[in-house]
Amino acid sequence: MPKMNLTHFEAAFLFSLFTSVVLGVVTKRTDRDRLHYGVYVFVCFFVALFGLGWLMYLGHG
Amino acid sequence: MAKDKESRQPGPSFGALAPVLALSWLIPGAGHLMLKRTGRGMLLLLAVTGMFACGLMMRGAMFQPESGDLLTTVINTGGFIGDIASGLLYLLSVWLGYNQPDTAGHVHDYGTKFLVTAGLLNVLAMVDAFEIAAGRKD
Repeated sequence: MPKMNLTHFEAAFLFSLFTSVVLGVVTKRTDRDRLHYGVYVFVCFFVALFGLGWLMYLGHG
Repeated sequence: MAKDKESRQPGPSFGALAPVLALSWLIPGAGHLMLKRTGRGMLLLLAVTGMFACGLMMRGAMFQPESGDLLTTVINTGGFIGDIASGLLYLLSVWLGYNQPDTAGHVHDYGTKFLVTAGLLNVLAMVDAFEIAAGRKD
């Protein structure tokens, strides 16, 4: 099995992608709502990712 | 009133739902495929398998149940349950000899989380398939 060597950003991107797909598929009742919710969760992951990244950068001094 | 009576009618028995649950656990998305939700089943299969494969390629560690202090027990037993929730993916990787020790490094750490999360996402897929089979959801 090949070995993957990812940065934090790449790993977090993949994590967000897979998780958003599953949450979108299982949560809502229509395809339109599923797509919207999946995109919404993905955007939330990214807002949290960049927000926490900046917080750690600024907090580190 | 008539609607009330309708909503109180018993759903399918557990015997009828068990194959859907078992298949959903063994192969991610297979419960949906069995219930003719092909698109959603394929998406679940790709997402959970992709997550698990990434975890393996990042050389994440599998949890083993351990006893000790409360935190150790909860983390290791919870992680083990998360790992085996991936079903056949977990069983195959263990049978084929995947045995990565827990080593330091952010990639290994992400890999371990990917492996557990793949199982937890599969639990969500199982619950969804169960609800569809029970008639509570389309």
